[in-house]
Amino acid sequence: MKAQKKFLVGSAIIVATLLGLAYVGYTQSKTYYHTISELATLPGPEQHQRMRVSGNVKNGSIVHREGRIDFVLEEQGKALSVSYVGSDPLPDTFKDGAQALVEGRLQPDGAFTAEQVQAKCASKYEASPTGAPIQQSQPGQSMNPSSASSGKS
Amino acid sequence: MDIFGSFALLLGLGAAVYAFGGGIAGIVTRRPLLTKTARNAGIAVFGLVTLAVATIEFAFFTDDFSLAYVAEHSNRALPLYYKFSALWAGQEGSLLFWTWLLSIYAFFALFLNRKKHPELMPYVGVTLAGVQIFFLTLNNFVVSPFKVLGGMDAAGAMHVARLSDGSGLNPLLQYYEMVIHPPILYLGYTGFTVPFAFAMAALLGRYPGEKWIHLTRRWTMVAWGFQSVGILLGAHWAYAVLGWGGYWAWDPVENAALLPWITGTAFLHSVMMQEKRGMMKVWNVWLVFVTFMLCILGTSLTRTGIVSSVHAFAESSIGGWFFTFLGIILLVCLAAWFKNRDYLRSDNQLDSLVSRESSFLFNNLILLAACFAVLWGTLFPVISEAVTGAKISVGPPFFNKVNVPIALFLLLLTGVGPLLAWRKTSLDTLKRNFLWPAVAGVIAGLVAAVLGLGDFYPLVCLILSVFVTLTISAEFYRGARVIAGRDGTNLLSAIGELTMRNTRRYGGYVVHFAIVLIFIGITGSAFNRDVQKEMNVGDTLSIGPYTILCQNLDEPSTSNYTSQRATLEVFYKGKSQMLLYPEHRVYTASQVPETEVAIESTAVRDLYVVYAGASPETGKPVIHAYLNPLVKWIWFGGIVLILGTVLAMLPNRSAALVLRPASEKAWGESVSPQTAPATGPILRREGHD
Repeated sequence: MKAQKKFLVGSAIIVATLLGLAYVGYTQSKTYYHTISELATLPGPEQHQRMRVSGNVKNGSIVHREGRIDFVLEEQGKALSVSYVGSDPLPDTFKDGAQALVEGRLQPDGAFTAEQVQAKCASKYEASPTGAPIQQSQPGQSMNPSSASSGKS
Repeated sequence: MDIFGSFALLLGLGAAVYAFGGGIAGIVTRRPLLTKTARNAGIAVFGLVTLAVATIEFAFFTDDFSLAYVAEHSNRALPLYYKFSALWAGQEGSLLFWTWLLSIYAFFALFLNRKKHPELMPYVGVTLAGVQIFFLTLNNFVVSPFKVLGGMDAAGAMHVARLSDGSGLNPLLQYYEMVIHPPILYLGYTGFTVPFAFAMAALLGRYPGEKWIHLTRRWTMVAWGFQSVGILLGAHWAYAVLGWGGYWAWDPVENAALLPWITGTAFLHSVMMQEKRGMMKVWNVWLVFVTFMLCILGTSLTRTGIVSSVHAFAESSIGGWFFTFLGIILLVCLAAWFKNRDYLRSDNQLDSLVSRESSFLFNNLILLAACFAVLWGTLFPVISEAVTGAKISVGPPFFNKVNVPIALFLLLLTGVGPLLAWRKTSLDTLKRNFLWPAVAGVIAGLVAAVLGLGDFYPLVCLILSVFVTLTISAEFYRGARVIAGRDGTNLLSAIGELTMRNTRRYGGYVVHFAIVLIFIGITGSAFNRDVQKEMNVGDTLSIGPYTILCQNLDEPSTSNYTSQRATLEVFYKGKSQMLLYPEHRVYTASQVPETEVAIESTAVRDLYVVYAGASPETGKPVIHAYLNPLVKWIWFGGIVLILGTVLAMLPNRSAALVLRPASEKAWGESVSPQTAPATGPILRREGHD
């Protein structure tokens, strides 16, 4: 019995340590997902959290500026101005009409500063020349999206 | 063609249903004939699914673009081997492929044991058929790969359309590893079904003793080996093709493959407790149940994209099917366990904290903790959305914080565990086995600390790697010295002899050593560096001991793609060493971009150069160079891991049948003719030991 008790104590210590580490890791990396329409209705404190927002890149909105790239994301009729400030070149998949996911923070003026941008071509293989809807699967679902980021992954 | 394939699939489902229903009826009525026909139906599933797979492959090879799946994933110009691998390029084909691999496993499990274990096999057959019914239902009715292109015209008549060419295979999948990585990973995922079926059968049939564990050991190792190699190949593909300088990002799809690997590893270790000491019976049964459920969960995560943010754009309809199936499995497992829980009483209890048993317990505890952390982190967006309404994801810091200490503790156990005695280990044994390796490890750590490699975790990893390598080497040395001394052979052939006599133990050591190599490689990432610079012809870039000079920029485009390429001369400590050609392509047909990474790989470090694109401001090409130390050790560790796994599966060479000099007559005479066949020194036993 004694050995079993010792083992239980040891296990408890290990599990407690891991839980602590998990909590630290969680607070360091937690990121909220929001839709563009949700952003306007967020309560004050939540607006300053790190978050991810997705949408389609508005046609013709990509503008290269000194030290940043500006573009506009659209989703369900709402738009969001984004400034990408990361150092990596943007992925090639990032172009007009692409589906993009940006990660960063909302600024007080309502624009979004992104440190990471992931993008995916909107309709890579969705050719349906006969007009019949084809049940689509995404080829390469099992792969990392193209991404650019300011930090190391 | 599509009708032939669909029909084969439908018959396959019918056979599986018969194998399931007939199998249950056979168990209940105890009619041998019924049981036999059910088993044969289970075997027939393999043939029928094979026909369906052959049909779709035939369509790929003959460019039959009337099939939607072929038109979406192939084109005329595609090389033959990619036409072959296009089978698993999309949803429908991947799931058919899953079913097919499962039917191969089921075929072997049923066929090889057709004359053995009559009390166990009917249950195995029923369990396997149950799983096959689910996947065949998906293949037949939900995501059939045999859909034809076409539509209804104004009069309501169906027209089949045949395209002149398909849209081609995703260029990211046009890489040799993509031909082998998915099959191997899938062989891992599907392979765990067999140990699951045997465990379920043993529990339901109340099969006496620990025999089901002996029976499934090799099956588990096959699945585990494939899963390991599949994960490593996927990491290597991500590294060599995606061009982001890394190989692991805690992406949900990666995690999905890691989860069953973790519990499978725990299972491989904890079954030894049951075999040797009759302990942890409930635990083992649940470990294999959970491993199988994680395989199904992993498949569904990969196939439905419910978690991954970017993949979530392509939500698919089959998520509900998978979660219903998971729920059914869980219910069946719970019921089977509850009904037969008295069958799983433990024979023994833990005697000492310093014993083999407790090292296995700790091994299992932290592997499960790792599994739980990875699962929790992967599903956190779903969980948090369900509980609080806010979708929150966690990133690599979460996974690393928890898993790095776990991994290091496991590394310690890798060295310590196998050398602890069962029940209780004396202090003397501890000293004899561990003192010198520990001292050497600490010295190595001190030297590294003085040299300024001062981070905590890398230092711990270094100390443990030295320690584990030395304890493993000492084990080989001690055993081999005895054999060499007695037989007069040299130490190297004695090591071979030693390994072949107890393949399970020494193969296990080789796998442990492979894990050390992989950990060393991963630790290298703590020292990664990267530099990104705009470069014109004549510009240079410095990273570590390398200087990179841009020699030329050109656009070697073909009809298939447009390309931008840099010719870079690499100087190592001032001396010209080689030319690298990082390239950036955009495929014409699909408009999919692709990076051709230039990697100069050595045992010490990889120089990894990416043509990252044009600078947003100046339009000049941007070169991104990474210096990734020790990455090659990971891939090398993978090869050692395969070797160790195969070794551990070989039958033991009988110690009494060693080749000896002919002079030792006395020994030869004492051996009875039955145990010393004249045909050779190696006695191969039937079945699993």
